[in-house]
Amino acid sequence: MREVAVVGVGLTKFGERWDTSFRNLFVEAGAKAVEDAGMSGDQIDEMFVGNMSGGRFVLQEHIGALIADHAGLTKNHIPATRVEAACASGGLAFRQAYTTVASGMQDIVIAGGVEKMTDVGGSETTDALAGAADREWEGLAGATFPGLYAMIATDYMNRYGLTREQLAMVSVKNHRNGVHNPIAQYRKEITVEDVMRSTLVADPLRLLDCSPVTDGAAAVILCPMEMARKFTDTPVKVLASSQASDTISLHDRRDFSTLDASVAAGRRAFKQASLTPKDIDLVEVHDCFTIAELCAIEDLGFCVKGEAGKLTEDGQTAIGGSIPVNTSGGLKSCGHPVGATGIKQVCEIVSQLRGEAVGRQVDAEIGMTHNVGGTGATVVCNILGV
Amino acid sequence: MSVPRYWRKQQNRYNLKGNYCETCGRYFFPPRVLCPDCRRDGKIVDYEFSGNGTVRTFSIIRTASDDYDLQTPYAIAIIELEEGTCMTAQVICEPDEISIGMPVKRVFRKIFSEGDSGVIVYGTKFVPA
Repeated sequence: MREVAVVGVGLTKFGERWDTSFRNLFVEAGAKAVEDAGMSGDQIDEMFVGNMSGGRFVLQEHIGALIADHAGLTKNHIPATRVEAACASGGLAFRQAYTTVASGMQDIVIAGGVEKMTDVGGSETTDALAGAADREWEGLAGATFPGLYAMIATDYMNRYGLTREQLAMVSVKNHRNGVHNPIAQYRKEITVEDVMRSTLVADPLRLLDCSPVTDGAAAVILCPMEMARKFTDTPVKVLASSQASDTISLHDRRDFSTLDASVAAGRRAFKQASLTPKDIDLVEVHDCFTIAELCAIEDLGFCVKGEAGKLTEDGQTAIGGSIPVNTSGGLKSCGHPVGATGIKQVCEIVSQLRGEAVGRQVDAEIGMTHNVGGTGATVVCNILGV
Repeated sequence: MSVPRYWRKQQNRYNLKGNYCETCGRYFFPPRVLCPDCRRDGKIVDYEFSGNGTVRTFSIIRTASDDYDLQTPYAIAIIELEEGTCMTAQVICEPDEISIGMPVKRVFRKIFSEGDSGVIVYGTKFVPA
């Protein structure tokens, strides 16, 4: 296995992007990544695109070829593959690119993610996202995707005494971080009272506990570490990339409040990097709902089960705390274009490690990402360092 | 979804017919064709569940997709059946009536209909026991 580096990152503005299309979003992010790496598109050997549901959101499949075409990469006929694991599609694209470079199969690989979610109405979006869980035995029973995470929250609050206010503090903290992220969908601070007053979506989760519907794209360029300095003075090394699976249905899990795939992917990543949670300076976790951030912090080993609410309340997950979580604003404030999120997380860690995260900069040498598909049926973790 | 997709699961949805593995004794609802523990060493046998269970966790759905919109607010729960397996289903009760540990029993109900002239899908919901 070769050592692999990230040498370029590119992001679009996240939000309701009525002005641009699915394909153009990706091209914008990809072109920025190529420019950031100071290379030519002709040097790219292969591409992986994370996308959850082009078929539902823009009625488009065959996304690998579509993106390669509009990015000007079909003139060299490079292999272009769409990968999908619901909300972990981006993370999966990164890991595919990582293994492709690490194995020696290819040298320069672009990994991206894209989702265009606002071209359909809210009800159809809800229905499409329900496909991230078991359509037949969860969705058909009437369980919405927020409803499944709400059932995790009900179980968690009952067992560990988490308060409704502590849950709200996750959202408040992520919005505070998002203010300083130029690509964030909501650059606006909110209060605990705002969260508590927002509409109930699925008890106990309210609107401001939920990540929004977002258009956006993100891309990164990977190459062997030994080539990295040809493209950048600040290569970021991939110390680990791991993936784990679990049952598609929440009802089949051993423990509703623990994502065993997060535990497994986290352990694998720490083992590959020969690190422990104490070595991590900041982490981007998958806060599709506030409860998900708390589960992630615990499942990755940053605190024991049941303590993440207290950790958040004490400010330890804020910038300046012992383990800053979601400096990008997370899925909540930065936005959650599902296929792009896993790549956006890597972009945020790279910005932080390069010292380019203006306004939200953390003193960091090692950062981690945690990207979840569905209610925890797929988890991808990456550890990056300088 | 297409009619065959509902039709082929009618027995499972209407009568809570699942199965269990004779090799390890584990029950499955929804049914599985392969025991995830025993895999090819398992022996899958049909089984109709009693339909008695308890609420393990729940939520009240306030925002749903179009097919379920007229039913909101409704309670959704993970029910642990007395045979030890868990399933997701609606519980027919007032939103403030449901609680963790509440005993429930199965009932045959309409789940939703596909618009004014589409298929009516029936299945199993639960009521307080």
